[in-house]
Amino acid sequence: MARTLAAATRRVLGSRRRDDRAAAVPDASGADAALVADLVEAVGAERVRADAAARYLASRDASIYKEGNAGPVCYPGSTSDVVECVKVATRHGRAVSPRGAGTGLAGGAAPLGQPVVLSMTRMDRLLEIDLDNGAAWVQPGIVNLDLTRALAPHGMHYAPDPSSQAACTIGGNVANNAGGPHCLAYGVTSAHVLAVEVVMSDASVVTLGDLTAEPAGYDLRGAFVGSEGMCGIATAVAVRLTRNPPAVRTMLLSFDDVSDAAATVSAIIAAGIVPAAVEMMDQRCVAAVEDFAQAGYPKDAAAVLLVEVDGPAGGVAIAADRVAGIARRNQAVSVRTAADDDERARLWKGRKSAFGAVANVMPDYYLHDTVVPRTRLVEVLEQIYDIVDRHDLLVLNVFHAGDGNLHPILAYDSRVPGAGERVHAAGREIIEMSLDMGGALTGEHGIGVEKREYMNRMFSAVDLDQQSRLRASFDPHCRMNPGKVLPSAHSCSDIGALRASDAAGVWG
Amino acid sequence: MADFDDALTAFAAEVGTDGPVCVRGGGTRWSLGGEAAAGTREVLAPAGIVAFEPAEMTVRVRAGTPVAALHEELADSGQRTALPERAGGTVGGALMAGESSIARLGLGPVRDALLQARYVCADGRIANAGAGTVKNVSGFDLCRLLVGSLGTLGLVGEVLLRTFPVGEAERWVRLPGADPGAARSCHTAASVLWDGADVWTLLSGYAVDVDDDRVALAALGACEDVDGPPQLPPHRWACTPAEAAAFGSRNGAAGPFVAEIGVGVVHASGPQPARPVEPGVAELNRRFKERFDPTGRLNPGRDPLRKP
Repeated sequence: MARTLAAATRRVLGSRRRDDRAAAVPDASGADAALVADLVEAVGAERVRADAAARYLASRDASIYKEGNAGPVCYPGSTSDVVECVKVATRHGRAVSPRGAGTGLAGGAAPLGQPVVLSMTRMDRLLEIDLDNGAAWVQPGIVNLDLTRALAPHGMHYAPDPSSQAACTIGGNVANNAGGPHCLAYGVTSAHVLAVEVVMSDASVVTLGDLTAEPAGYDLRGAFVGSEGMCGIATAVAVRLTRNPPAVRTMLLSFDDVSDAAATVSAIIAAGIVPAAVEMMDQRCVAAVEDFAQAGYPKDAAAVLLVEVDGPAGGVAIAADRVAGIARRNQAVSVRTAADDDERARLWKGRKSAFGAVANVMPDYYLHDTVVPRTRLVEVLEQIYDIVDRHDLLVLNVFHAGDGNLHPILAYDSRVPGAGERVHAAGREIIEMSLDMGGALTGEHGIGVEKREYMNRMFSAVDLDQQSRLRASFDPHCRMNPGKVLPSAHSCSDIGALRASDAAGVWG
Repeated sequence: MADFDDALTAFAAEVGTDGPVCVRGGGTRWSLGGEAAAGTREVLAPAGIVAFEPAEMTVRVRAGTPVAALHEELADSGQRTALPERAGGTVGGALMAGESSIARLGLGPVRDALLQARYVCADGRIANAGAGTVKNVSGFDLCRLLVGSLGTLGLVGEVLLRTFPVGEAERWVRLPGADPGAARSCHTAASVLWDGADVWTLLSGYAVDVDDDRVALAALGACEDVDGPPQLPPHRWACTPAEAAAFGSRNGAAGPFVAEIGVGVVHASGPQPARPVEPGVAELNRRFKERFDPTGRLNPGRDPLRKP
């Protein structure tokens, strides 16, 4: 993937230089001339681009899906800009696809059928910190980590912390119901969103949820979170603030056998301990990370667990002792506790840079995201190694072990003939194995385009019909980010209008 | 995909495919959101624990099971759910009412407790929402939509709930004349109740932390060990945390009250005045009802917009 992205960047830079001269005036000579002219009239030329470079950048996210196809790209600065863009798009019979930082891994932000793309990254302000209500109102384009940094002086933070938190936006987090290591104890995005201001497909603006304990009516903000941009466009989000814990202890447990590490995870949960995070990495991943980040991980370990417990100091000490005891009873070869904040930060840096570190192993990777019951991690890992061996591939395992959320990274070289096909075949088996174990298709990355056609494997026709009713209640005419999540038979009537290659999905 | 057990298929058969129908749980919140329309057929949801997996921290349970009975079973393994225990109240009833326990600061809201729901749709078929794991973002989040829906979108028969370890130590203390903010700042406070004069708080967690917090509170003023929370007035108001903290001064007409500090629920002597609803929100509520229950047969007469 590193190589592919580098090539893509070169192409983009080349075309951007070419288009710079025309940057002030969007390219209105193409087939979309009338649409672009209306968008410019509605929100101003500086907020609209229709050149090839802008469209190219807006056509992709961080997934391997490359068939996205953006129409004109708008950069709204306000809710009313979004309203105007939706009105113009509707008048021209075009769908609207929102995007944040484009760090998504399932093609959710890859626009299908040349919709008007709304890049929300210019709406990136922290609007209000409301300590009395334990909330903050933010614009959707604010970067996750920037929000947490802004809350630090108040002794607060925003709990969901995806690996991409230095780049990903709150709007994107809301769309995907994003997770992260600390969601084990604190819950995923849905538990941290109190209200959302949304521009609906009919260009009306509604606020779903509020700051009261129990908003009246159906839990519409709950239904909206995780809807992958298909229910409307979030233009402001009220997030719940989480108090910083008074004490934190971060431990690195290493094992000579992956099964011992997996058994330790199950035993920690079974002992009634809910750590703030329990992350696991296997040997190949540890080696890659250590070479890359020098986090101090033992490269000879078959697997390491990164366990963090937090809360009041007394309980933290007890929980840490219990975790260490459980690890030793499960044959841990070393139990190391971070001595200070620096060491703690280094350990986490290793974990969060795992995906980047893969570039040192192989030029391309495909990252999976499935969930299995956390009591079955031992057998699940054995099966993953078996599947990968049979397809002659490399796998690096790095995942949220505490909640059973797997992230096997299939590393490969796309220049080798047949490698891509083997990656797809192995990926399919991993997904099916996870479901057969009683698991779920995705724990935090979303369905997007990537897993759309697998929804039939997890849900019945009745289940999917119910899901499509939820979507249609928000967006009866399927104008928002069409073609995602629901498999073709349950998707909107407008999917027929999408180009055939768009509808085929990642797995063809 | 889900294999539905006999209890669930029998429930679906009883719900049938037409005619107005409602499910009776414990009846503890029977009038929430309106009375059942005259002529509505009452059915009972199946009861019983299907599978409790302490090491997974989940329990699969049928909707008609009393919450107290469920918690009794979980207590053997030192666990519980976030659902409130009301005398006779059922799992399905608690989820459909969507009202959280007074220990919400510690347990989280009811809305986050539901991992998977198997429910009978308006057309009599059984649907499955969510997944059998503690984490899942596969598709649209029907589980969140169902919690608090008063059975107007689907009739829940069986659910998978998240469970939690019960605090190693749990104690209620009363702080006469105290500032509720002091109790709220305790990390072990799972509930902080305030009646305008006195504060009650449930401290829950490791014994050492609970003791530390109790000592810290006692240093600020009187601190009495008590058996439990005060008697709660009958009407539930949904406020913001800031409104709840200032409730006494603003809402004299509500009479004696007990406010959940840090949460926003206020238990008052009179009913909450109707809350204004944005027209767009009202329209969305109408559309959801129409899409999920086109003939209006599920719990007619009830409307979540009329809660509490």
